[in-house]
Amino acid sequence: MERFVDLTLAGVTSGAIYAAVALALVLIWRATRIVNFAQGGMLMITTFIGYTVIQHGGSYWLALAVAIVSGLVLGAVVERVLIRPVENRSPLSAVVVTFGLLVLLQGLAGMIFGGTPRSYPPAFSIIGFGNANHRLLFAPNDLWVVLVVVGVMAVLALVFRRTSIGLRMRAAAFAPEVARLLGVRVGRMLTLGWALAAGVGALAGVLVAPTTFVSPTAFDATLVYGFTAAVIGGLDSPPGAVVGGASLGLALSYVSGYLGSDLVPLGALVVLMVVLMVRPSGLFGAPAGRRV
Amino acid sequence: MLDVVGLTASYGPVRALEDVDLHVEQGAITAVLGANGAGKTTLLRVISGLLRPQQGTVRFAGRDVTRRPPEALVRLGMAHVPEGRGVIAELTVEENLRLGGLWRRDRAWLRAGTSQMFELFPPLAARRSKRAELLSGGERQMLVIARSLMSRPRLLLLDEPSLGLAPLVSAQIIATLRELCNETGLTILLVEQNAATALSVADFAIVLNLGRKVEDDRAERLAADDRVRHAYLGM
Amino acid sequence: MTIATPRPLSAVLAERWNRSTLLRHLSIAVVGLAGYYLLSISLDAFHDLQLAQISYTAIAAAGLTVLSGLSGQISLGHGALMAVGAYSTALLLEHQHWKLGLVLLASAAITAVVGAVIGLAAARLRGPYLAGATLALAVGLPSLANYHELRNVLGGANGLLVAPAPPPLSLGETFPVERWQAWICGLCLVITLVLLANLASSRIGRDMRLVREDEDAAALAGVHVARTQVFTFAISAAAAGLAGGLFAFVNQLASPGAFPLSLSLALLAAAVLGGLGSLAGAIYGSIIVTLLPTWSADVAQSAHLSRSVYANVPLVVYGVVLIGVMILFPSGLQGGVRWAGRWLWVTIRRPLARKDSH
Repeated sequence: MERFVDLTLAGVTSGAIYAAVALALVLIWRATRIVNFAQGGMLMITTFIGYTVIQHGGSYWLALAVAIVSGLVLGAVVERVLIRPVENRSPLSAVVVTFGLLVLLQGLAGMIFGGTPRSYPPAFSIIGFGNANHRLLFAPNDLWVVLVVVGVMAVLALVFRRTSIGLRMRAAAFAPEVARLLGVRVGRMLTLGWALAAGVGALAGVLVAPTTFVSPTAFDATLVYGFTAAVIGGLDSPPGAVVGGASLGLALSYVSGYLGSDLVPLGALVVLMVVLMVRPSGLFGAPAGRRV
Repeated sequence: MLDVVGLTASYGPVRALEDVDLHVEQGAITAVLGANGAGKTTLLRVISGLLRPQQGTVRFAGRDVTRRPPEALVRLGMAHVPEGRGVIAELTVEENLRLGGLWRRDRAWLRAGTSQMFELFPPLAARRSKRAELLSGGERQMLVIARSLMSRPRLLLLDEPSLGLAPLVSAQIIATLRELCNETGLTILLVEQNAATALSVADFAIVLNLGRKVEDDRAERLAADDRVRHAYLGM
Repeated sequence: MTIATPRPLSAVLAERWNRSTLLRHLSIAVVGLAGYYLLSISLDAFHDLQLAQISYTAIAAAGLTVLSGLSGQISLGHGALMAVGAYSTALLLEHQHWKLGLVLLASAAITAVVGAVIGLAAARLRGPYLAGATLALAVGLPSLANYHELRNVLGGANGLLVAPAPPPLSLGETFPVERWQAWICGLCLVITLVLLANLASSRIGRDMRLVREDEDAAALAGVHVARTQVFTFAISAAAAGLAGGLFAFVNQLASPGAFPLSLSLALLAAAVLGGLGSLAGAIYGSIIVTLLPTWSADVAQSAHLSRSVYANVPLVVYGVVLIGVMILFPSGLQGGVRWAGRWLWVTIRRPLARKDSH
């Protein structure tokens, strides 16, 4: 029973991170109908930037702030320079471009930082709650991860639902041509959407870095899990990203605990394939698949 | 108010408009008539900046606005209600309305304006927090007209407002347009396939056929001209 | 009664050439085989090895370019499909002692089945979902070899060794093994290209193009959309499986480390660079992608750059190529070749036309 509780808590923590990555993917999908495969590479770069800040004596919090800000900037630049030309072409072009960006970022990171994984400090203690007799597999740092992800999501939800800029962003995503006729500067809203998504991704990168270490390929699996979580919840649905992230986190935690950690990547693949075959639009998405 | 000279526009190899001239009189309703595919929608899209013409100029309120984007034209006082209405289905009625007036950055107007629109179109008030996709055809048309009025335009472009509506409903909406024009001096450019409806409220009218302007006159004269009615208006 | 005027033989032959795509493809294949043979005997062992590597890369790239270019689907996991083919070949050679040709055919068939399964899951969805699923495949499948239950069968992280297949004695005792390997790969490449070319010009190829352009219109025209998509994915996977089998044959190894994500990237880059949908482009792209790592290592070493820099040059180049080609030159190298050909044709004809008008 205790093992089950431990695995559940661990699942919630990793689920929060998958949810954050999923949210970044969902935000971009809603805005531009593109899956940003480069998200893994972008958050890897921003985490390396945070790492560099810490190397030069900065605090964890300064590194976090710098990573998030560089994420915002990177997202805006990528949308304006690389994505704008292919936004209206076939989905194939966007997939190739984002994948190309992923490779480019990994190559550049390899050149600048080398392939050896670097360690990244956690914000708080990683020793589980409790005492020497009963120690949970859930530490202050894990609590911090869950709280900050939930907090950021709540803030974003408020911004989108209650503010004017959120209204404009939603309009630009749902109906770009009509939005232009209403005076919305759709291009700017798309850039802003990408910036926010990359900022959320940067946060996820810093949160997961203590576990995965930091190297050019360390976040490939995180991207795949984030994508799977987004598909589970429905690429169109931010609440779906949360549910998808939590469920995937729990599922993979149980797989790791009861079947072996080697099977986790394959477990994610199986979950993804099953969801795609049974309910491709995800739990909260609108059904839109073809019949085989 | 609006002057279009020598407008020529194509979609790829297909020529949709050929050397069209148009003068829209301030404070009046001008109708654009013609059969399907005559180029009426294209004309509105070029005027509002969604489509770039190959040749010709568009002058609005004394300025050359030929190649300016829709976002700029909205800020100059032009509002375009597109073909198919353009209701943003995922947003609520109230959100749709607010969106129309957001660019003005005038919070007082946003409040006052939405109240005015609910008075003008009571069915919208009853559904203010509902998602726009749940509205009926007539209610959607009211919503998009109200939404465009939220930007306090000087010129309103309307693309086939009566399409798909029951005759009674479309008559009400057209009547509302006439009232708006009479009471506020709003200039309206109205594209309609239903010529009878349009001519009943318009002051002026032009007829397009295969991308060219073939008639341009006062509405009552066109309505009385049998040759025009039979050849172009199916009346 | 009229007597038919006999037509010159050249006109009859020209008409038959234009009408029969099979004849055209076979003739090009024969010329290609001859050229390949001449090339292989003039190269040394190392370059023959590279020729073999280019050939099997081109087979996988050709499968990928047919998938994306003709049918509009995307796969980021063809490297994993090559792994399936490689492991199939390694296992069959070890346990079944079949002839090489049968083994390669079986590996392609097994991979085709895997491809059909993926295609079934993804046939119901739009592009990004398929891309994501294949990405998950590329990241997840190699880890299957590490699963402790299967470690005995699949060899774990070290993988499976493939017994070297010496050239047949009829070629002589000192015949270099690399040349033999290059011949096998070249033969398979030509066969694959002929089959894919015939597929592209067949009715199925037409269906694939229709589905890519407009699914609804294709469905209305009687094309079974999902079946076409699944079939195309299976064919593309079969090509990758064959390439993987040849990989195992040439490198005598099938291991998880030999099929990283960057292999899938290299295949995608080869297809994109050559021009999506172009079989000739798949060849150009494969040449560049195979020679690039060695070339960049040489350049970087002579410039005394550190290992972490030159080892990542191919990645940076792939990234720039994928982005740049997609944004600036969507039809890749083959598009450039066609454009240059058209320009030449027009320039040559202009003075001739002027002569005619006098």
